[in-house]
Amino acid sequence: MSALPIGLLTAVIALPTLGAVVLALVPRRRDQLLRAGALVVTLSTFVLSIPLYVRFDGDSPDFQFDELLRWMPNLGAGYHVGIDGISLLLVVLTTFLMPVALASAWHSIEDRTKEFVIAMLVLETGMLGVFVALDLFLFFVFWEAMLIPMYFIIGVWGGANRVYAAIKFVLYTMVGSALMLVAILALYYQHGSATGMYTFDLPTLARYVMAPGLAQNLMFLAFALAFAIKVPLFPFHTWLPDAHVEAPTAGSVILAGVLLKMGTYGFLRFCLPLFPDASLAFGPLVFALAVIGIIYGAWVSTVQPDLKKLVAYSSVSHLGFVMLGLFTLNQQGLVGGVLQMVNHGLSTGALFLMVGMIYERRHTRLISEFGGLWSVMPAFSALFLLVCLSSLGLPGLNGFVGEFLILVGTFQVNPWLAAVATTGIIFAAVYLLWMYQRVAFGEVRHEANRHLRDLDLREWALLAPVLVLIVWIGVYPKTFTAKTEATVQALIAQVESKASVAQRSGLRQAAR
Amino acid sequence: MIPAPPIELGALAPTLIVLGASLLILVLDLLPPRRTKEHLGGVALAGIVVALLASIAQWGRGARAFRDMVLLDDYALFLHVVICYAAALAVLLSIDYLHRHGIESGEYYALVLMSTSGMMLLASAGDLLIVFLGIELMSLPLYVLAGLFKTRLAAGEASMKYFLLGAFATAFLLYGIALIFGATGATNFDRIAAAAAARPADSLVTMGLGLLLVGFGFKISSVPFHMWAPDVYEGAPTSITALIATGSKAAAFAALIRVLLVPLKAAQPDWTVLLWAIAAVTMTVGNVVAIAQSNLKRMLAYSSVAHVGYMLVGLVAGGAPGAGAILYYLLAYTFTTAGAFGVILMAQRAGEDAVDVSDYAGFARRHPLMAATLALYLLSLVGIPPLAGFVGKFYLFGSAVRAGYLWLTVVAVLNSAIAAYYYLRVIVYMYMREPDGEGVSLTPSFAGTLALAIAALGIVLLGVAPAPFVDLAQAAVAPLIR
Repeated sequence: MSALPIGLLTAVIALPTLGAVVLALVPRRRDQLLRAGALVVTLSTFVLSIPLYVRFDGDSPDFQFDELLRWMPNLGAGYHVGIDGISLLLVVLTTFLMPVALASAWHSIEDRTKEFVIAMLVLETGMLGVFVALDLFLFFVFWEAMLIPMYFIIGVWGGANRVYAAIKFVLYTMVGSALMLVAILALYYQHGSATGMYTFDLPTLARYVMAPGLAQNLMFLAFALAFAIKVPLFPFHTWLPDAHVEAPTAGSVILAGVLLKMGTYGFLRFCLPLFPDASLAFGPLVFALAVIGIIYGAWVSTVQPDLKKLVAYSSVSHLGFVMLGLFTLNQQGLVGGVLQMVNHGLSTGALFLMVGMIYERRHTRLISEFGGLWSVMPAFSALFLLVCLSSLGLPGLNGFVGEFLILVGTFQVNPWLAAVATTGIIFAAVYLLWMYQRVAFGEVRHEANRHLRDLDLREWALLAPVLVLIVWIGVYPKTFTAKTEATVQALIAQVESKASVAQRSGLRQAAR
Repeated sequence: MIPAPPIELGALAPTLIVLGASLLILVLDLLPPRRTKEHLGGVALAGIVVALLASIAQWGRGARAFRDMVLLDDYALFLHVVICYAAALAVLLSIDYLHRHGIESGEYYALVLMSTSGMMLLASAGDLLIVFLGIELMSLPLYVLAGLFKTRLAAGEASMKYFLLGAFATAFLLYGIALIFGATGATNFDRIAAAAAARPADSLVTMGLGLLLVGFGFKISSVPFHMWAPDVYEGAPTSITALIATGSKAAAFAALIRVLLVPLKAAQPDWTVLLWAIAAVTMTVGNVVAIAQSNLKRMLAYSSVAHVGYMLVGLVAGGAPGAGAILYYLLAYTFTTAGAFGVILMAQRAGEDAVDVSDYAGFARRHPLMAATLALYLLSLVGIPPLAGFVGKFYLFGSAVRAGYLWLTVVAVLNSAIAAYYYLRVIVYMYMREPDGEGVSLTPSFAGTLALAIAALGIVLLGVAPAPFVDLAQAAVAPLIR
């Protein structure tokens, strides 16, 4: 199809790691060169991913740009990548946030810059791989491999309690993915013995209609545990505040912006199409946990004395909304859920960036240490307000569109659920605005805050693109939803048809 | 009168090459230069490499000799390659290490090669007597080598413990052989298989099986026969620890797999139940106790116990997929473990061998490349893709799921998650902590660095492009499955 030996998608995935290999040859004392090199690599990756977006046909629900190479033919595992309307958004979100995150670390990461940029670049390949892999084996490889660079980023460049946070992060994820591995293998052999075709290829496996029952439920739960830990769905969220708070700003941005989406993406990509009956059966449980997460996350955020912890817990609340939207299994809910993944990446990413900026100036994140910043740093305060408003879902900004669609979708499923979830938006306004009030308004109470400098050019440059997107999605979301709608429709149709076929054949068996 | 069996030395060629090199070293040791023994390390390495090439050249020929007592089939050849890699890495790591500790001697290399030839004999055994012979030839030199640091208390303990428990194990093994011989009238694998199939549920065979499993359990250090491992690993010279952990384990597994799948095939339901329990307990005990270790050599000893547990999962799964997965895992494990011991062997702190995990604080800052290499080995032991350890586990656990042993697989994967904790703790020290006082220093030698590079390359290659190696492992187990 293309003149290149590898496809565009592979080029996008591989470029960061190739960059890391080249940067590994740069002497470690050339800090500036390493930083600039990494920035160039991530920017190039972003530029390379733009044609993916432009050339993607939003009317087609099929996987596009797909590439299939033989890798382990004796096992039925291949190098199969491709994107649909869901992964497209997440791929571009990832390539977009990486240069922003690297630029945010320009001055804050001074120690072992070489290892840092290499870890970040390898991490990017891992995350992109998770979003584009269409082979369960390949997916698992990326899913696990991406843990290690994040482990180093938290553990080496993090805050005081970084080692604890890093190990907790890895162990939580590994326990979840361990059971997912068993489920992958079980699915592989069940599909193989039923159809005679032993393969890890996702589109092939997704066509297989599994009988509802214990086996499907257990496999669903094994996958769901791995993803729920990543999302994180209440009560599997306890690693998140530690990891977010201890990680350096760049790490927090990527954690919140991209890593958490790997969990919600996993539900969409694997749980719903592979285990439709179990997804429907466990839907109420997911709803309950999602709503608990929304309310609980919001309440806990409200009382946090630490800015970063507040933002971290707000993620639990926001991701609860995403999960709610995904499991409504209707058009509005799913489109809203997918869009809200992107929104959360932008808004919370921006919040972490800005918290990082004042941390760099004051070396504290305690809300009580601030106050009256509006008069000292007007530009910062104005942008911070905009980001807070976007995060709490003000109409005209991105958060509103996603949450509104999710709530519309939820209302169709269960009005009471929607009513309870809506209180989450009110609480979000409470914790964000109250925090903003304590940080930006009032008198300047601390001498140290009196001479803080406002945003510099670098900080403007890395915030501006994020803010443009925040407004863009808020005003004209169609640019983004147009790419996903066909995919979402196809997904709903697939889940419904597979579930009903399975139920019919199950009934037939029962009748016999 | 029993006719003398025909002499077909060709089928023993790789083993004899190693043995011959061993004898050559004993002679050369008497000749000048007397002051340095590095050239003898070179001779040993050359012998191993020639044996390795001879084994590869034999691939696909399938020779049998001495009335089927010695089998040079693809199965034996695959394990010859694994054992030769293990021995070659151990020799490469030894040269500078022995010199540094002043225990350089010609006998060292001769004994290493003798033990290696025993391992190779074990892998090509087609008769219980050859199994016994191979185990003795492998173990006796290792008992001596484990106590090489004559002035250290720990070395004496290691040697003594290894010898006493090893002798016990061999006695169990021999008793098991005797019972099976009594029940079937044969020691040859094929004839035992035929006799056992004709008389199923023979309690003598079952008792013999149990005793054999005890004997092999010692050699592969499965729980509850693992007690010697931490002390021996700690007290033995680190290069020998690497050899015990990789080569001797691979050889014992080679014989165990063949014994269970060929002569004792009829008793598969019996040994599957036993091994299910042993596998689950072995990996759990290995991993849980490893968490509590601060001495790296002891930690790796318990970790190797845990890895034995994973490999036993392949035997429980049975058949060609399970056995092939074990062979692949042995290859991956050999590179990984030899590499990890190799870095430890080069590291020193305040004039002593750096064996405590806290010695490695700040290692990454002082020696970034070496720290990254050790991290690579550790991550492969954790089972992080795309490294050899991950693919190995994937195949092993896949074979178990295929055979329907879901719960054992769940135990195994949860164990892998537990194991991540103690492997990552080493990385925590290397990358995330600063040393108090003097940090760890390295004395890398050319040979040692070469060994580490080979191991690292093997890990990455086996992880990224596993397909050809899996095909080889599957082809290798074909002779066992009938």
